[in-house]
Amino acid sequence: MPAPNKRFADFASAVADIPDGATIMIGGFGAGTPHNLIKALYEHGARDLTLILNAAGTGRDPGPGPAHVTPSTLIEARRVRKAIMAFTASTHPSRTTPVEELQEAGEMEAELVPQGTLAERIRAGGAGIPAFYTPTAVGTELAEGKEHRVFNGRTYLLYEALTADYAFVRARNADEFGNLVFRRAERNFNPLMAMAARCTIVETEEIVPIGALDPDHIHTPGIYVSRIVQIPPDGIFHITRGAAGGAGQQGR
Amino acid sequence: MATQEKTRLTRDLMAARIAAEFQDGWIVNLGVGMPTMCSDFLPADRFIVLHSENGLIGYGRNATVEEATPYVVNAGTFPVLLQPFASIVHHADAFAVIRSGRLDVGVLGAYEVGANGDLANWKTSREKKGGGIGGAMDIAACAQRIFVLMEHTTRDGKPRLLERCNLPITAAGVVKLVMTDLGLFEPDGEGFTARELAPGFSLEEVQALTGAPLRAAAGLREVQIG
Repeated sequence: MPAPNKRFADFASAVADIPDGATIMIGGFGAGTPHNLIKALYEHGARDLTLILNAAGTGRDPGPGPAHVTPSTLIEARRVRKAIMAFTASTHPSRTTPVEELQEAGEMEAELVPQGTLAERIRAGGAGIPAFYTPTAVGTELAEGKEHRVFNGRTYLLYEALTADYAFVRARNADEFGNLVFRRAERNFNPLMAMAARCTIVETEEIVPIGALDPDHIHTPGIYVSRIVQIPPDGIFHITRGAAGGAGQQGR
Repeated sequence: MATQEKTRLTRDLMAARIAAEFQDGWIVNLGVGMPTMCSDFLPADRFIVLHSENGLIGYGRNATVEEATPYVVNAGTFPVLLQPFASIVHHADAFAVIRSGRLDVGVLGAYEVGANGDLANWKTSREKKGGGIGGAMDIAACAQRIFVLMEHTTRDGKPRLLERCNLPITAAGVVKLVMTDLGLFEPDGEGFTARELAPGFSLEEVQALTGAPLRAAAGLREVQIG
């Protein structure tokens, strides 16, 4: 019996069953953000969502292409009940983010987690580990109310693992079974989230037949992947800048 | 009497000076903002491995517009180039490098540094609910040492080097060296020891812009690279 083909025809059908109140992990860290799935979720209309992600990105303008739809777009549209993330404020203190505004107004909940702890909570969630200790944030305001424990003379904090109903992942390549290969820094949170969700949905630049990927070179095994969607040519975009320029340009 | 024109150090000079502290064989993480500029000023006679939270192990200088790809970016999401010895890991493994103490130094930006080595760089007021922690708390808590790269004073002229931080801290007692646009300083418990000062600035002038006692290190000199 052949392996199942997990290919979905389009993004809308891949996100169609996401209910209100779902918890969704969204990959990406500057690179590797599944913008096409985020855009489909925005158009799908699910509300009261819990998002687990590094940062919400800049939104404020849904714009013409998927590049302009970010988690921040969902947040501004009041579709997010809670976000668990490593940045609720901008790295530029002069700018205010929609998360900050809604959190101050009491309209949404935001849990701020140090980035390494966030990554490890997701990894633990995918690895069947309920909680772990980390030295990060000891002595800071984030440690208040957390269980402290000393190992070998050093103090650690207990953090619980994270899992989700869905994960949105972006990969360079997938085969039809959902084996994934990531490119460079696009990997980031994507393989962790793929393992920590009950339903992992992947957008990928290229879907190849089963057997075309070398098993030694697969980053995420297909057993963790439920759905794959090929990104159409106009959905492949990357915002690029470089030294002695800085203006955005689009390309592959 | 004409007063001599004095200028604070440029950001390039600050980045180059702190990068000159990197020792041969070090694994170095450069934080978002000014610290990422250090990748353009690595000492040519030393082997340095630059590590980024997003999983790059062994990147180099910033890419030009022609060289840039959208998928090789540093922690500030700016395009960089990979070294020939580079490897890529996922986010949890990138922080395994950090948490296991393998970073020889983390270079971070800051809002405030205390004389006790406390670092404050994630929240701009105690009252605000939100903040931008990113990877800074993991790096500050777990790297072998922390160097800070920041302006000596706030936009309205208030000192950032203080006896104790006013803002919520990122980690306690971790800062070993602070490079500002007025010089190079070490937190010494009661205040700061000035190792180098920006050209033309006296210890008294810099003391007036510092919120803790400033003393001169033996061999205090003008800022020098190399």
